[in-house]
Amino acid sequence: MLTVTAPAPLAAPKPGAARASVPLDVQRDVEQFLYRQADLLDGKAWQDYIDCFAPDGVYWMPAHPHQTSGDGVPSIFFEDRNLMTIRMKRMLHPRAWSQKTQWGTSHVVGNVAIESHDPKSGAVVCRSRFHMLDFRRDQSRHFAGSYVHRLAKTGDGYRIALQRVDMVNGEGMYEYVLQAWV
Amino acid sequence: MARYGINELRGMVEPDRVHRATYGDPEIFELEMERIFNRVWTYVGHESQVKKPGDYWTVTIGRQPMIMIRGEDGKVHVLFNCCPHRGNLLIGDRSGNVEKSIVCSYHAWQFNYDGSPKAIPLAKGYEGTKLDPSGRACAVRRAPRQDSYRGFVFASLADSGPSLLDWLGASRVAFDQMCDRAPDGEVEVVPTCFRVLQRSNWKFFLENQLDVAHAVVTHESTGRAAMDVEEQVKAKSGSAPFDYHFLSGFTMPLGAWDKMTTVNYPHGHSVLEGYMSLRPKDPISLEYEAVMKAKYGEARTNEILDKNIHHVICWPGLSIQPPLQQLRAIRPLAHDQTLTELWHFRLKGAPEPIYRRALGYFNLVNSPSTMVNADDLWNFRKQHEGLRSEGSEWVSLHRYLGQDDEAGGVVRTRIGTSEAPLRNYFKAWAEYMTAGN
Repeated sequence: MLTVTAPAPLAAPKPGAARASVPLDVQRDVEQFLYRQADLLDGKAWQDYIDCFAPDGVYWMPAHPHQTSGDGVPSIFFEDRNLMTIRMKRMLHPRAWSQKTQWGTSHVVGNVAIESHDPKSGAVVCRSRFHMLDFRRDQSRHFAGSYVHRLAKTGDGYRIALQRVDMVNGEGMYEYVLQAWV
Repeated sequence: MARYGINELRGMVEPDRVHRATYGDPEIFELEMERIFNRVWTYVGHESQVKKPGDYWTVTIGRQPMIMIRGEDGKVHVLFNCCPHRGNLLIGDRSGNVEKSIVCSYHAWQFNYDGSPKAIPLAKGYEGTKLDPSGRACAVRRAPRQDSYRGFVFASLADSGPSLLDWLGASRVAFDQMCDRAPDGEVEVVPTCFRVLQRSNWKFFLENQLDVAHAVVTHESTGRAAMDVEEQVKAKSGSAPFDYHFLSGFTMPLGAWDKMTTVNYPHGHSVLEGYMSLRPKDPISLEYEAVMKAKYGEARTNEILDKNIHHVICWPGLSIQPPLQQLRAIRPLAHDQTLTELWHFRLKGAPEPIYRRALGYFNLVNSPSTMVNADDLWNFRKQHEGLRSEGSEWVSLHRYLGQDDEAGGVVRTRIGTSEAPLRNYFKAWAEYMTAGN
C-alpha cells in the first residue's frame, strides 16, 4: 500500500556540526560523486542519475526543515526508484507538453563536509550546499540549499541510500513547479 | 472603467461562447474584484489552523489582506490586516502566534485578539482631537460578515447578501462528504500549505477542474509513464502501490470520462460525480469501514461511502476533492496572475492508512513537484497568452449544449464531457458582473 518505504530518519544538517576526519581520497571520491550526480542532472541523463541511487534508495525534499523523515508527512519530493522512473518516463514522453519547451539547469555543488565515515563498510554521511539556476522559456529561477547524502559503498563506487534536499526557498511561493529533481 | 457598461458586460457572455476579454482585460479584472470577490463568501481557512488563542494565519480576500485569529474567547475572528492608526500591515508573517496582543511594529498600538483596542501609546496626545482611543476608529476592522460550516471558515466583504449556508447551497456536500467520512464527524488540517503562482487568469484554473475532456490529452505522458511502471511493479511483486493509480488513471480513454456526471447549481457551484470511487475492498479499507460502521451503523455508513463525489467547485474560489481530503483555494492577484493554496486534511478517528492515501495524492498531484498540475499550469499560461491573439475572438463553450437535463435551475449532464460546468460558471459570472449595487 505504501508508495515509498521510508529509510531511517535523517535530520537537516546542524550548523557547525563536527566533521569526520577522513583520508583525503575518501573526501575526494565523495566530492567527485556529488559533482557527477549534479552533472548528470544538468545533462538530463535521467537513467544514469537514477542509477546513482541504491535499489532501495530514496530522494527526499522535505516540506519543512524540521522534518526528519518523509514517512507519513507532506514532502515536496519523496521518491524511490519506481517513482523516479515514472518521472523520467514522463519527461521523455513525446507528449509531455510542458517539458517540450526549451529548459535547462545548472548546478554548482560545494562546501562538501563529511559528517561520518565508517572505514569498515565505507558508508558516508556528507553534506554540501548547492546553487541551481533553472531556465525555462525566457524565465530564470534560482534555487539554493543543502544536500545531505547517506552513501553506501559498493564494488562499483558510491550509491545513495538517502538524499535529503532542503531548499532555502523551499517554503516560498512557487512560480510554476519543479519537474526534475533538484 | 467606462468601457464596460452593463450592456457590454452582458454581451461578453453568450450561452455557448464567451469573449476573450473576460480573461485578458485588466479592466475586467478590476470589475471582477469589485462585483464578484467583494460580494461572495471567500474561504479563509480551517478552524484547526488556529488552535490556541493568538494563533493566526494571514490570507487575502479579494484585494484585502486579512487575518484569521483565535480569540481569548475561543472564537475565530476574521480581521482586516491593517492598523487603524497609519495603515500598516499588523501582521507581516504568514502564520504564527501573536503572544499577548496584536502589536503594530510602527508605533506599538496594541489590540486584543478580537481586534478591539487594548493600549495606545501617547494617549495624551489625542486629548482634544477627534480620535477616541477607546472607540471604533481605534479598533481593527472586522470582516463585514463571517461564518463557518463544519469547521471551514468563510468571510464576505459585503454587509449583506445570502447567508453562507444559502450561498453554498448544494456545494455544501463538499464539506459534508469530507467530514462525514471521518468517524468522529470532523477533519483536521495538515498544516502544510503549498503555494503555486500561475501566470494566467484565475478562471482557467476553475474551468480545468471539471473539464474532464482535457485529462487524457494533457496528462497522457504522466498517465502512460505511471501505467508502465505500475505494470512492471505488478509483474514483479504481484501488486503495485495504490497511489500509482492517481497518475495512471489518466490513461482512461475519452469514452470513459463521458460516463461521469457533472451537476451544476446556482452561483456557479458545480460537482463532478462518478470518478475514482474510493471504496476498494483491500484490508485497510475494510478496517476503516468497520470503524465507520461502529460509529454510524451499517445503513448510514453505506450512504456516506457510496456517494461518489470526486470534485466540488464552490465558485469562484474553491476546489475541493472530498474523498481525497484535498482543498485548493484560488486567490486572484491580477488579471494574469493567480495564486493557488493547496491543503489536505485528516479524517478524525480514521485509521492512519486512510490519511496516507490522502497524503499520497497531496505529494504526487498537489506538491510543487507535481507531474500532473505541471501540464495544467503550462496550458493555463498558453491559454492566457493565446487569448491575447486576435486569431480567435470568442472562446467556445458549445460541447453538448442542449443535451444536458435542466430542472429547477440545476443542470445535470448526460455526458461527462459536456461543457456545462463552464457554462454554469459564466452564467454566475454574468449575474454578478451585471447586478446592480
